[in-house]
Amino acid sequence: MSEVLLHVEGLVTSFPGAGGTRLPVVDRVDVAVARGEAVALVGESGCGKSMTALSILGLVPKPGRIDAGSVRMAGRELRGLPVTALRRVRGAEIAMIFQEPATSLNPVQTVGAQVVEAITLHESVARGAARRRALGLFEQVGIPDPGARFVAYPHQLSGGLKQRVMIAIALAARPPLLIADEPTTALDVTIQAQILELLRRLARETGTAILLITHDLGVVNEVADRVAVMYAGRIVEEGTRAAVLGAPRHPYTQGLLRSMPARVLPGERLAEIPGVVPAPDRWPSGCRFADRCALVMDLCRAREPARTVFGSNAAACCHAVAAEAAQ
Amino acid sequence: MEGYVLGNGFAALLIGLALFGSWRVRSTPFWRERVAEIVRRRPVATFVVALYVGVALLDSVAWHDALPGETSVDARSLLDRAFPSDFRERSYSAPLAAVEFYGGQPLAHPGRHLLGTDILGRDVLHLALGGARVALLIGGLTSLIAIPLAIAFGLAAGYFGGRVDDVVFLLLSTLASMPSILLLVALIMVIGRGPVQVCLALAVTSWVSFCRVVRGETLKLRELDYVQAARALGVSELRIVWRHVLPNLSHLVVITFVLTFSQLVLSEAILSWLGVGIDGSWGQMIDQARDELARDPIIGWNLAAASTALFALILAVNRVGDAVRDVLDPRTLRDSP
Repeated sequence: MSEVLLHVEGLVTSFPGAGGTRLPVVDRVDVAVARGEAVALVGESGCGKSMTALSILGLVPKPGRIDAGSVRMAGRELRGLPVTALRRVRGAEIAMIFQEPATSLNPVQTVGAQVVEAITLHESVARGAARRRALGLFEQVGIPDPGARFVAYPHQLSGGLKQRVMIAIALAARPPLLIADEPTTALDVTIQAQILELLRRLARETGTAILLITHDLGVVNEVADRVAVMYAGRIVEEGTRAAVLGAPRHPYTQGLLRSMPARVLPGERLAEIPGVVPAPDRWPSGCRFADRCALVMDLCRAREPARTVFGSNAAACCHAVAAEAAQ
Repeated sequence: MEGYVLGNGFAALLIGLALFGSWRVRSTPFWRERVAEIVRRRPVATFVVALYVGVALLDSVAWHDALPGETSVDARSLLDRAFPSDFRERSYSAPLAAVEFYGGQPLAHPGRHLLGTDILGRDVLHLALGGARVALLIGGLTSLIAIPLAIAFGLAAGYFGGRVDDVVFLLLSTLASMPSILLLVALIMVIGRGPVQVCLALAVTSWVSFCRVVRGETLKLRELDYVQAARALGVSELRIVWRHVLPNLSHLVVITFVLTFSQLVLSEAILSWLGVGIDGSWGQMIDQARDELARDPIIGWNLAAASTALFALILAVNRVGDAVRDVLDPRTLRDSP
């Protein structure tokens, strides 16, 4: 693996629970993104994906807080940095695009002004130069007729165009890492494919690494080099795309793959994972997936499973997987 | 400094602001469309408001005719100059009358007082038109003081929360717990009875409710995606407030300005009735006319003139305000291309 760009280790982010306890919604998470690599963080709603992203940027909303772990960007520890220093990291080193392009742009400013703001925020660029660069970005993210769109207001653009503007804003300061939080969830299917294609192309052209947060395994398959599967605040399986999607080991990953509509013939019943992700105050003490798992054993409820490593390209946290590997 | 110099300065400022405002409106498609829509919906009311503003501006530009050293002559405004300089009688005369109302003495300007004259022989039409300046001064200057105050405190409280919010809310609750009329009168007693002082007192008592609105809206805006996105981009908190929160409050500011304007003009009438109003206001005319209703035969024309002038302005402003709210309300302002 090439040089590690972002290295998250043992990250714990918690919110206050009943009776003064802390509920760790992100629990001992390790993620590494190499320069130019695309890593997908996959999981159901409420499993801590977005909170992991916000923790990386130091934007955990109150009353949440980061309790433990380290976030290193290009070798520099971000945890404990003063706000002003952190602000220089945001946007310039790590940019983020959000799920809802419809509401992520300021409705009373032209989109051009917003891209220009993103450019001038981290660099002292003359107005004219910033404008030219913004127009270049518009072209780069595939906005047709950039000159006319430049002075448009967000409500005058379609969802797909708005997401392209968001990507232009995120790329404005040429950050080495882009965190994309469900970038295509709010878009319809054809636009989704275009935006994914755009992200892939931009990553290739600019060498930007991507941390993609999604619940859509189809998206993962399109973009990611490596995949980390999250469940109830923990990473339960990780590895290369081929390893995780081709030969999933953790029963949760297997369940996710089985429940993809695209994998089922019309008329056939879609497999499902019974139940829902438990709320953070209801997490079982052993394996957190135990209550929904078909392979559950006594051991699963007693002790949390450790990582079982499979060669250089996959690892999973599951007692059943460990037992099978031991044989 | 004499009052008329201040008036001229204020008029110049207003004309400058109006020119700048119309340039901004023209150059911003959003505002150009909205303003055109307001005029389309309420052509008559907009015209009436514009008429009042025109009269008030005419009455604001004033100068001395006297030679240097000669100070006894009052400065006369453009509006005053539309009437003859000696346009006075000795006492009451009915509209278009040729003789005085009591006694039947011949008038100096028979048949030329369209709305008659008051007890001091002043032309009622002239007085009524002059009241426009006072009314707009009350509405405008008070808003100019109250709205920035409300925005500053409301934004700080809503955006930063915590201690700041507590302090602002303590202030708001304290002000809100005092009967506003009593507070107004007490303030005017302390700081004086001049037009600026009255506006200041009105501002202190009227910014509270708008401050609450700003605070609430800021609480909402603070959590919106684009504010979060700006934060993730490394925009500083003050810049977020300035560029991303404040501009999104502008529709509220416009609506509040228009709707509180008429309230303020009306409160001045109440202040005049309590004897602490501004000289030359419609409220004062109405207050003086009260006594004349008890006379026999009744003298009603000065009351009628002042009330009609007040009524027409308030009605027009409310009609325009209605349209402004319809056109700018965020609920009717959805993402339709």
